[in-house]
Amino acid sequence: MSQAEDTQTVDEDGVIESVSGPVVTAADLDARMNDVVYVGDEGLMGEVIEIEGNLTTIQVYEETSGVGPGEPVENTGEPLSVDLGPGVLDAIYDGVQRPLDVLEEKMGTAFLDRGVDAPGIDFETEWEFTPTVEVGDAVEAGDVVGEVPETESITHRVMVPPDYEGGEVTATESGEFTVDETVVELDSGEEITMHQEWPVREARPAETKETPTIPLVSGQRILDGLFPIAKGGTAAIPGPFGSGKTVTQHQLAKWADADIVVYVGCGERGNEMTEVIEDFPELEDPQTGKPLMSRTCLIANTSNMPVAARESCIYTGITIAEYFRDMGYDVALMADSTSRWAEAMREISSRLEEMPGEEGYPAYLAASLSEFYERAGKFQLLNGDEGSVTAIGAVSPPGGDFSEPVTQNTLRIVKTFWALDADLAERRHFPSINWNESYSLYRQQLDPWFRENVAEDWPEVRQWAVDVLDEEAELQEIVQLVGKDALPEDQQLTLEVARYLREAWLQQNAFHDVDTYCDPKKTYRMLGAIRTFNDEAFEALDAGVPAEEIQDADALPRLNRMATAEEWNEYIDELESEIESQIRALY
Amino acid sequence: MKEYQTITEISGPLVFAEVDEPVGYDEIVEIETDDGRTLRGQVLESSEGVVSIQVFEGTGGIDRNASVRFLGETMKMPVTEDLLGRVLDGSGNPIDGGPEIVPDDRIDIVGKAINPYSREYPEEFIQTGVSGIDGMNTLVRGQKLPIFSGSGLPHNDLALQIARQASVPEEEEGDDEEGSEFAVIFGAMGITAEEANEFMDDFERTGALERSVVFMNLADDPAVERTVTPRLALTTAEYLAFEKGYHVLVILTDITNYCEALREIGAAREEVPGRRGYPGYMYTDLAQLYERAGRIEGKEGSVTQIPILTMPGDDDTHPIPDLTGYITEGQIVMDRDLNSQGIEPPINVLPSLSRLMDDGIGEGLTRGDHADVSDQMYAAYAEGEDLRDLVNIVGREALSELDNKYLDFADRFEEEFIQQGYDNNRSIDDTIELGWDLLSELPKESLNRIDEDLIAEHYREDETEAAEVSAD
Ligand SMILES: Nc1ncnc2c1ncn2[C@@H]1O[C@H](COP(=O)(O)OP(=O)(O)OP(=O)(O)O)[C@@H](O)[C@H]1O
Ligand SMILES: [Mg+2]
Repeated sequence: MSQAEDTQTVDEDGVIESVSGPVVTAADLDARMNDVVYVGDEGLMGEVIEIEGNLTTIQVYEETSGVGPGEPVENTGEPLSVDLGPGVLDAIYDGVQRPLDVLEEKMGTAFLDRGVDAPGIDFETEWEFTPTVEVGDAVEAGDVVGEVPETESITHRVMVPPDYEGGEVTATESGEFTVDETVVELDSGEEITMHQEWPVREARPAETKETPTIPLVSGQRILDGLFPIAKGGTAAIPGPFGSGKTVTQHQLAKWADADIVVYVGCGERGNEMTEVIEDFPELEDPQTGKPLMSRTCLIANTSNMPVAARESCIYTGITIAEYFRDMGYDVALMADSTSRWAEAMREISSRLEEMPGEEGYPAYLAASLSEFYERAGKFQLLNGDEGSVTAIGAVSPPGGDFSEPVTQNTLRIVKTFWALDADLAERRHFPSINWNESYSLYRQQLDPWFRENVAEDWPEVRQWAVDVLDEEAELQEIVQLVGKDALPEDQQLTLEVARYLREAWLQQNAFHDVDTYCDPKKTYRMLGAIRTFNDEAFEALDAGVPAEEIQDADALPRLNRMATAEEWNEYIDELESEIESQIRALY
Repeated sequence: MKEYQTITEISGPLVFAEVDEPVGYDEIVEIETDDGRTLRGQVLESSEGVVSIQVFEGTGGIDRNASVRFLGETMKMPVTEDLLGRVLDGSGNPIDGGPEIVPDDRIDIVGKAINPYSREYPEEFIQTGVSGIDGMNTLVRGQKLPIFSGSGLPHNDLALQIARQASVPEEEEGDDEEGSEFAVIFGAMGITAEEANEFMDDFERTGALERSVVFMNLADDPAVERTVTPRLALTTAEYLAFEKGYHVLVILTDITNYCEALREIGAAREEVPGRRGYPGYMYTDLAQLYERAGRIEGKEGSVTQIPILTMPGDDDTHPIPDLTGYITEGQIVMDRDLNSQGIEPPINVLPSLSRLMDDGIGEGLTRGDHADVSDQMYAAYAEGEDLRDLVNIVGREALSELDNKYLDFADRFEEEFIQQGYDNNRSIDDTIELGWDLLSELPKESLNRIDEDLIAEHYREDETEAAEVSAD
């Protein structure tokens, strides 16, 4: 079509050869792998994912209806990157970091249109910059050179970009600047702004990875109490539909004691993201008392949004998390659901007619999953400080069957496994985390922290609870055959203690104002109260009191109300002494 | 508009044709056969020189001499408020002998995703008058809540009951002018003529047709058309809701037939199949239907979806219910055993769920004690259900007094609370009071999910009295 003379002006442009859903091939495009391109007359955003001879394959981040062969493809020559700088917090993005509020405004409708682009951070806003270096100071890549109050609770630290050489500061001053204005000049000629760009598929560099020893306290009893995760750790939450993955992720995003939360809604429901957008500005961070939204960045690529952008949203999220880690923060990233991400990979891969691996997933599924979780960790940073990224991924196995490839490949990598259970969910035992199947490989390395900050005998008390629950599981098998009354009295008592562990301690109602967050000290004391019952009960039994009489002690049902008690210390003190006196009165 | 006689291959629902100018992906195609019929289709893949076309009405009668026309646009639904009261076929053509439809607008049926930022969280209680739903799995405006059923179960009766009875309590008392903007969109995919009649008769009998738009793709209509029907229905729903301010209830039945059509097309395209032969992209495809529900900030109307699906082999891990459950905001599950016991509607509440319930109920919305009562009934019913297995082995005498009470509770829960009949419209108040009647059969101390103040207020101290109140 094009004449020899005008090919010069459209040097890097190519022409569409074929279109099949989100996958487009173009001829004559001079591009590198992962370059961002604009496809068709409407300029739809896409990324180069395969190059074969003269043909380039592109995954398009927007709907491709009506796009046809012959339309142009323009190369930006840049890999898919995110804009990093003040303005990332309190924002809500799609999978390629377009701010959804800006899109709504630009498109003038509540429905997502095509061909509209928007930068990840606003280039017009002026931020108040205060340097933390002076002229003459030597700085290197990763060093903090200044601060910006980004939100009510978070100070944004402006850093020398990781790919800079560094040098001596020749000029800097405080004042109001836009993100692209130079705030620090170096003698190397490098100019530092508040804006960095970083290619999402590449991990931001850090010095070394360290063993995490501090828990990410979640305020969820079963997590903190039995299966804790470390700051810088990894966890998976697999479970069938409706078992509580999203509620658990939301609870963590709300109450975990991270500095920054990056929440990635990957191929899930629109309303769940709306819920976060509506709730978080109203909720207070229990640590700072500031609105939760001011420490949060949301990425929402819902199930009906383009599948290629679903593939990229995980990378967008983890890159943003790494950026705040580089400032020395503890960042928690939730990805709901990594299965949808894997399916997006599968969908693109099958359009490329790649050789499928297990269940149609691409052969590189395992590699992609471990690359993602490897980007989590506690790190010593380029500037010598420490920062961490905790990664928690929901997994949605088809039919709730954990033997499928995404669950299995994830379990091989992550160190915390919170297995959700459909049976528990059906009987409304929430959170329906199965205590027999779940595990945390961080327990031991976190014990010193719990001993020091919660209670000296934390690990022992936990072990007691684990043992009782284990014993219950065994006894239940017998009960199923002969009924409870056929058991010896001491075993009946154990069952009763286990029942309180389950109902009064493990269960936690995410929708109850008080119960939604449980201080680890309260978690510990609640366990203590149940243990008091246990110890008193067995002593009474030894003294010849029948189990039935012990179980009927008036005070016992009040164990079930510890969870919702606001003045829990007083409540538990009183309850413990009543249990003691009532049971002792029996003999 | 260029016409080609260049068909190279016909395979299942697909036709391949050579072209000498570019054709857009997803564009609409008309194929004229020798005997003068015009069939419609859609571009599935467009490459330089060749396109593959999916033919909605099936490829029967097409040969290599048929002529192919590309209309240069993607599929549109002509919309207008005048569609209310009309019956259309699965491709959107009127089949009721009524006047020609003069569209107000023509809208792309694929539908654009609602910007999550522009959504409003649904929390407005819809009273369906069905205790198993209102009390235990509350529906709210803008929710997508499917019915998981099985072949031969009365899901249609339940869907019709909901369509008839659905109301928002304040509107009931208020002026009807305001409340009148309620509309039903009914999208049938591959259902039998008999089932279709059942729906049409009910719509006509109750006068509901006036505020309904019906799309009918029947069992003997082309399977591929089924991939279009729900999109036409949802496009119409979005138009009525977000342009015209209606509260629209969309009933789609049967999603299983829709998925079979997807599988058929996938097979014809020789795609690598996913689980049980269904396409790997079925999650995304279904999401593009189900996510077309909700509320939008600043808009009056809403789209609420009740898709119906029959679970092959009553198996909820089958890909169709499984993927649906992963997308929708809960599910109402119909149960074969309850059905054979004569329970109407045979809703099994244990595997059922409404995820939007928590924000849609409570003081000022339904009642302050709603959440606790529902929670406690779940726990008690689950307990009773467990004990039933045990009773079969050891007998009732071997169980404690409390266990026996749980067993009685489970029985009464099914026979009095769930059982209500398809013509019985219970208010939310009646439903919750009935709940208290049943819970009062259990000792007070065992109601550990209910706030103590609420127990003091509502617990029926005298059991025999409680039994009398609920006896009718
Ligand atoms: N901790 C909790 N407290 C109270 N209710 C809960 C809790 N966890 C889950 N639920 C209930 O379970 C329902 C389903 O939970 P959730 O939406 O998190 O499931 P999910 O595993 O994310 O499902 P899907 O895979 O379909 O997204 C919630 O709507 C809520 O009613
Ligand atoms: Mg979820």
